[in-house]
Amino acid sequence: MKLAILVNEGPFTHQASDSAYRFAEAAIAKGHEIGRVFFYNDGVFNANKLSEPQTDDRNLVALWAELGQENGIDLVVCIAAALRRGIKEEILKEGFRISGLGQLVEAGIENDRLVVFGD
Amino acid sequence: MSTMLHLINKSPFDRNALDTCLRLAKTGSSVLLLEDGVYAAMSGGSYAKAVSDRMGELTFYVLGPDVSARGLDDKPLIDGIDVVDYGGFVDLVVEHETAQSWL
Amino acid sequence: MEPWEEDGPEVVKRFMYVNRRAPYGTIYALECLEVVLIAAAFDQDVSVVFVDDGVCQLKKDQDTTAIGMKNFSNTYRALDDYDVEKIYVEKESLEARGLTEEDLIIPVEVLAADQLGDIMAQQDVVISS
Repeated sequence: MKLAILVNEGPFTHQASDSAYRFAEAAIAKGHEIGRVFFYNDGVFNANKLSEPQTDDRNLVALWAELGQENGIDLVVCIAAALRRGIKEEILKEGFRISGLGQLVEAGIENDRLVVFGD
Repeated sequence: MSTMLHLINKSPFDRNALDTCLRLAKTGSSVLLLEDGVYAAMSGGSYAKAVSDRMGELTFYVLGPDVSARGLDDKPLIDGIDVVDYGGFVDLVVEHETAQSWL
Repeated sequence: MEPWEEDGPEVVKRFMYVNRRAPYGTIYALECLEVVLIAAAFDQDVSVVFVDDGVCQLKKDQDTTAIGMKNFSNTYRALDDYDVEKIYVEKESLEARGLTEEDLIIPVEVLAADQLGDIMAQQDVVISS
C-alpha cells in the first residue's frame, strides 16, 4: 500500500517526528511504500542541517535523510512554512526538497492513506 | 459502517482530544492511543470509565513502545485494550480506510 | 457523469480539514487556513470543520491591533470565492463557549456532534493541524 505522512512538529519539542519516523520505518519493513513525507508548521525544522543534537541523542534530521535516500522517499518541506522560519535551500539537509503546499494535497490524492503526526 | 482509525497522542489529563474523539467517533471505528495518549489506557486512572463505556462500540489499541517508555509496563491496562507495536500501528492504518489524528 | 464533469480529475477524494484550536495563541489556525486555500484549487471534495476551540477562529469583530499580529479572520470570507462551501461548526463546541451562529464571521452549517461524526466518518483524508 502507498502511505503518505504529514509531520507538523520539529524534531525536539514534540514526539511527533519520532513517531512518524518509527511509523515510516515499520511501514517500509512491512513492504509498504512511503509515497511522500510532507513537513509543515514547525515540522520544517526536521530539514535543518545546522541542527546539532548531543551525540548520545538520536538525530532525526539525519535519520529522515537516510531513510529517504535508502528508500527513495520524497521528503518535502513546505515553502511557506519554511520561509517564515528561516529554513532555506542553504541550510536544507540533503535528501529534502522545498516545495509548495499543493504537494501535501497531492500526497493525499495519490496515496492510499495519509497519516498526520503533530501536537 | 465506519472504517476510521482515530489517533490520540495527548494525555486526557492535559487536553480534550480524547473527549472530543469519543463524542464524535462512530460505532465500528477504532482508537489508537499513542505518545502521551497512553495515559488514557491505564485501568487505575480516572479515564478508565470513559474508555470502558465505549468498549464494544469502539476498538481500542495502545502503542506498546510509548507505554514502556513512560515506565507503565507494570500498570494494568483497561480490559479489552490491545497492545500494538509500530508494525501493528501500520497494520491498523492499512486496515482502516482513513486515519484521523486528533491534534 | 454530467457533461461538466468530463474534464474533472479521475479521482475525487473527500478531504476534511479539522480545526480544533483558537487563533493567535498558536499558529495552527493560520497555517491550516493556508492549506485549505491551496486545497481548494485541486478539484477535490473539500470540507472544513471547526470544533472545540477551533470555533473561536470564526468569531467576528477580531481586532489584533494591540497584539501586533496579523488579523487573518477576514480571509475566512474568501472561502466562498474559492468554492469551499462545506463549512461545519460543532453545536456543542459553540455552546460550551457561550457563542451562537450570529457571532460568526461567515455563514456556516452548525451540526450536532452526532451529525458531524457521520460526516467525518465518510472522509477519505482528514488533515488536522
